[in-house]
Amino acid sequence: MGMTLTEKILAKHAGRDRVEPGELILAKVDLALGNDVTSPIAIDAVRKLGVREVFDREKIALVPDHFAPNKDIKSAGQMKMMREFAREYGIVNYFEVGRMGIEHVLLPDEGLVVPGDLVIGADSHTCTYGALCAFSTGVGSTDLAAAMISGEVWLKVPSTLRIVLSGKPGKWVEGKDVILHIIGKIGVDGALYQAMEYAGDGLASLPMAWRFTISNMAIEAGAKNGIFPFDGATRAYADARAKRTFEIVTADKDAKYAAEMGVDLSALEPQVAFPHLPENTKPLSQVGNVPVDQVVVGSCTNGRIEDLRSAASVLRGRKVHDGVRMLIFPATQEIYLQAMREGLMEVFVTAGAAFSTPTCGPCLGGHMGVLAKGERAIATTNRNFVGRMGHPESEVYLANPAIAAASAVLGRIGSPDEIR
Amino acid sequence: MKLKGKAWKYGDDVDTDVIIPARYLNTSDPAELAKHCMEDIDAEYAAKVSPGDFIVAGKNFGCGSSREHAPISIKASGASAVIARSFARIFYRNSFNMGLPIFEAPQAVDEIDKGDLLSVDMESGLLRNETKRKEYRIVPVPPFMQELVAAGGLLNYVSARRKGK
Repeated sequence: MGMTLTEKILAKHAGRDRVEPGELILAKVDLALGNDVTSPIAIDAVRKLGVREVFDREKIALVPDHFAPNKDIKSAGQMKMMREFAREYGIVNYFEVGRMGIEHVLLPDEGLVVPGDLVIGADSHTCTYGALCAFSTGVGSTDLAAAMISGEVWLKVPSTLRIVLSGKPGKWVEGKDVILHIIGKIGVDGALYQAMEYAGDGLASLPMAWRFTISNMAIEAGAKNGIFPFDGATRAYADARAKRTFEIVTADKDAKYAAEMGVDLSALEPQVAFPHLPENTKPLSQVGNVPVDQVVVGSCTNGRIEDLRSAASVLRGRKVHDGVRMLIFPATQEIYLQAMREGLMEVFVTAGAAFSTPTCGPCLGGHMGVLAKGERAIATTNRNFVGRMGHPESEVYLANPAIAAASAVLGRIGSPDEIR
Repeated sequence: MKLKGKAWKYGDDVDTDVIIPARYLNTSDPAELAKHCMEDIDAEYAAKVSPGDFIVAGKNFGCGSSREHAPISIKASGASAVIARSFARIFYRNSFNMGLPIFEAPQAVDEIDKGDLLSVDMESGLLRNETKRKEYRIVPVPPFMQELVAAGGLLNYVSARRKGK
């Protein structure tokens, strides 16, 4: 019996010929990641154990991004703790404010994650790198501490849900809509403990940016990881950025899948997830009249240059509605610079939107765009749980960057086609 | 080990943002996190929970973020364990890694009401609803997870392996 993409990568990193779903394995990690919220607990643990050396100074990445730039005195303390640890332990991949970005956009763009890798991160959206045909998954701070010390992680081999994409997406449909549609179908625990593996001729119309968005939200279906096969798009991205050599992994023809579902991309409309779960999706045409107070474009889900271009294409020559605050967060300094060079920043600022330095800030209600009681936002982020962006009685709707930008102009959730 | 306390009952998909909202993640101090445990779903919980009490919930408990602050805040609040129909995977991992007992018991969850007195015998794997005089078997924990608990959590386990090399 053959193996799925996930099984193959896990077997290789466990030094095994094969692995089966349900098995517990000890696997070597190519990169272990932490941020300013999760690293302090891991750092504390490493120090308390009296460990003076990490397993590999180049295979750990520490990125202050959640409450960076320092939002208050306590978070400044957490950031300082990370910085001092990085210096003391010689962590090569520590990214300071001004050189940093949102971890899940930064690390693949910096070429620190390559196809075939096994990556763990103390952040649930670590599953983003599946877009590169790598295995990556979110873990907790204690797992991060253990990996920093040993270079290994315990994993249960997941069974795989195969998702076959067909057709070509229509106007205003992006990667975000593909994953919101899937989560709407299977639910927030529809792929609990499973790997989601994408396949089908529809892959040809998914650029890398969209694949990152789709893999990013695998966790929102309860999945361990969301992985794409290696193809020309992966090759082009990896060749341009990879800092290490990589090995191409392919799924076996006779691999065994726990289940299979199909998605016809040509039948998709832009999707909007209603509060308070990502599974509460509706096609845009069925949303009705939903006024918004704030619009956020950014995050590890949709803060790439392609996302900013999409939002800018809608905003160009238009103004943000009087009753709306629009906030735009390029995910990295590189993207920030690119947006400036392409004139996107001018489009945003002229339209009356705020353009920020990279941060996760508002996505988790941290800072830089927290909602008051009763306020409503549409965001290109990944979660719309109770209180996610601020007050427990505020609301978050999830959508793609074009729909978010159109909503900023309209003052309510809507399509770019409705703007005259 | 025997655990005993009353039930605090919640629904499906209790996420980590309501267990411990991100606005409190600028610290990892357990006592501080405990003050805000479950705040956005139940403002009474943190003030009224008694040592030994259980959090009882539906499917997919702990979905969302990887923040270990979630099981830390529950443990520090005094709760002895979480009983749910099912758990989100990172929360499940984190709980074992940092030593918060969690149990899957779907039928029991359906029949437990808020305030019921519960007891769990971890060795025999039995959950008793003392109020309703009913007994349930907990879904057994995989042997590796039992090893982790026996070793005193993941870090002790890793540390012991490291010294053995």
